Amino acid sequence: MRKTLLASVAALAVVPALAACTENASDGDGGDAKGNARALTVTSSADACELSSGEAPAGTLTFNVTNTGSDVTEFYLLGSDGLRIVGEVENIGPNLTKKLTVNAPEGDYFTACKPGMVGEGIRAAFTVTHSDEEQEVSASDQELIDQAQNNYRAYVQDQSAQLLAKTTEFVQLYKDGKDDDARALYPVAREHWERIETVAESFGDLDPKTDAREADVDFAAGEEWTGWHRIEKDLWPAEAKGYTALTPEERATYADDLLANTQELDKRVQATGADALEYPIDAIANGSIGLLEEVANGKITGEEEAWSHTDLWDFQANVDGARVAYEGVQGLLETKDAALAEELTTKFAALQALLDEYRDGEGFVLYTELTKDDTKKMTDAVNALSEPLSKLTAAVTS
Amino acid sequence: MTPKPRVSRRGLLGGGAAAAGVAGAFAAGRLAAPDAEPVSGAVASYPFRGERQAGIVTPAQDRLHFVALDVTTDDRDRLVALLEAWTEAAERMTRGTSAGPVGAVDGPGNAPPDDTGEALDLPPSGLTVTFGFGPSLFADADGNDRFGIAERRPAALERLPRFSADVLDPARSDGDICIQACADDPQVAVHAIRNLVRIGFGTTAVRWSQLGFGRTSTTSRSQSTPRNLFGFKDGTANIKAEEAAALDQHVWVGADDDPNAAWLAGGSYLVTRRINMTIEVWDRQSLDAQEQFVGRTKGTGAPLSGGEEFSVPDFDIRGSAGPLIPVDAHVRVVHPRAHDNVRMLRRGYNFVDGSNDVGGLDAGLFFIAYVRDPRTHFIPLQRAMSKTDALMEYLRFTGQALFAVPPGVGEGEYVGQALFA
Repeated sequence: MRKTLLASVAALAVVPALAACTENASDGDGGDAKGNARALTVTSSADACELSSGEAPAGTLTFNVTNTGSDVTEFYLLGSDGLRIVGEVENIGPNLTKKLTVNAPEGDYFTACKPGMVGEGIRAAFTVTHSDEEQEVSASDQELIDQAQNNYRAYVQDQSAQLLAKTTEFVQLYKDGKDDDARALYPVAREHWERIETVAESFGDLDPKTDAREADVDFAAGEEWTGWHRIEKDLWPAEAKGYTALTPEERATYADDLLANTQELDKRVQATGADALEYPIDAIANGSIGLLEEVANGKITGEEEAWSHTDLWDFQANVDGARVAYEGVQGLLETKDAALAEELTTKFAALQALLDEYRDGEGFVLYTELTKDDTKKMTDAVNALSEPLSKLTAAVTS
Repeated sequence: MTPKPRVSRRGLLGGGAAAAGVAGAFAAGRLAAPDAEPVSGAVASYPFRGERQAGIVTPAQDRLHFVALDVTTDDRDRLVALLEAWTEAAERMTRGTSAGPVGAVDGPGNAPPDDTGEALDLPPSGLTVTFGFGPSLFADADGNDRFGIAERRPAALERLPRFSADVLDPARSDGDICIQACADDPQVAVHAIRNLVRIGFGTTAVRWSQLGFGRTSTTSRSQSTPRNLFGFKDGTANIKAEEAAALDQHVWVGADDDPNAAWLAGGSYLVTRRINMTIEVWDRQSLDAQEQFVGRTKGTGAPLSGGEEFSVPDFDIRGSAGPLIPVDAHVRVVHPRAHDNVRMLRRGYNFVDGSNDVGGLDAGLFFIAYVRDPRTHFIPLQRAMSKTDALMEYLRFTGQALFAVPPGVGEGEYVGQALFA
């Protein structure tokens, strides 16, 4: 519910240091002199920026930045033009140390500490010398990134539009009392939400109104329960003992509310210009990871669809969204960590093959038809994929 | 009534002098003594009797066995007799001796021993045994006064509400009486609960129990801050035994707090929450994300606003994209500043109850907190956490209970005597 895509990006402030980075970042080479030369310390005080060395051999460099001042500081490695950001580490509180790992080819650079996070910062020249480890910079990285961002934006906008169309249809059926039709459409309409769940959830005002489960609501504190799952309970009342059906007026209230929130979501997703959503590359990668997390947390346990038991529709949709996001950055990943890309492709296919065993017509079997053995197999497959997938963001942004 | 022990575990291993030192440190008048010596766990023992029950401000031991019991009789005299028997047995065991007066091996061959024997040869291991009474002891679900004490139920002693995102298991929640046994040796803690449960058979029945290891908070400045199963330091801001004024303000029930429940003055309220952690999913979060969820660094435990572990978090200091400590960071959501400056004394433990049916760890934090009033010192904090804490994504609350913990047991008294007097 609360995992956010856009917010987490802002908070983590991972900036892909594209031009200079062509392989998965890792620490040093071990204890040899060469490895040590690539491990630098930076001391950022109120009025100084001291580096343990003004040069390092090309390859994976690690800057351990300690803030000895009293303001928040930042540290940058800038290109020879003093503008291009090769790598940065932000939000270092007083007396804290943070690490920046970048892959830097031979060339002239600037380092900059920015106490107080304002101004040009305290700059110094920095030289990266030739070494055997030097990597060729891939000129096509930026194209791959632009492509991934554009494709992902288009995907999210398409899913949001379909969500709105199907939700409109769904709430009308529900208001008209066509319960069988509404029940049939329920998991199908929700697929579009689940495919872009990490984006939808980033709107902290809309998500609780739209997708809260009954268990998420603190009734004792006076919270109100609205959205998909409120209607779900009314459409599948058999499991809710002693449940009192909603009146037509109440139905209309909840239905109109769901539709209004979905319209607002779509408006924000389709926004252009200054209001347009950004999809930085790490957000796309984190979105893929986050969707699999949704599967592990809520779908595989049957907690999401407590009344309809259509959890496997959500499961599939989360996997769809995760796979699309992954495929968006796959080309980039292949240039950085081909082995990881191959592993992820294989594991996505394996999870899909397993899910396909539970198809039933256009949809899936109900969660209640699954045995412990079934859910164990699914958990194993999700774990097998999630573990390598958790490395995706670091890999594509290195 | 304290018969001379036949077999003294402490006596077998020596260490009497160190134990005496601890006894002095625990004595009421010196609770706040800043020069209280940290003691070696192997030989420490804490007296069962005193102004307060042991096991609250006692430096948190490494192991826990906690049990919640239902009283199966409606006979008040039998319940009182059990409390008397428990008092004797608990006092003996905290001294490092057997549960019964005879012991595990010195009784007749044709009868079961009055002590189960697994703690023979072991030192007292800092055992403390702490008793509490749940709301259901005062009145059953239909409101019936079970033991003639309904009028003496403290107003704050009500079943905890269900909080959002709870998946409480009734079989892991509530209970008429609780017993918390803490020790530095798991065998000693288990021995204590096992024997007390045995003594209670026929009068009480076990409702649920919980084993814990690796204390997840620090109740004394003599202790370093331990880590929870997320790998983060836990309990940094806990009230410490040395903070006498804070204990009086936030932990001990005051003499005038509840006119109907004068028996509880000097006692406390004990909140338990069994918090399952979704370990496997957590482990896939990036280090940065983990630190953002908690609001502290994983290494030193310093707040993200800077400094070292015990630096006061600065919630106003801003980074490039909002506050350095995010608005939904755990440390911010539950910080006293956001809750009228109320504090609690936490005494939680890590637990791993094997694996669940899909191969994940059935593991987490068994949260224990002692507070002066759960209505002001716990419920609002839990409500805020359920609503906005980023950590909630990785937590699942599977059990909870609330107990009133009477004050300490004086010489010649039994635990909870003032309630039944």
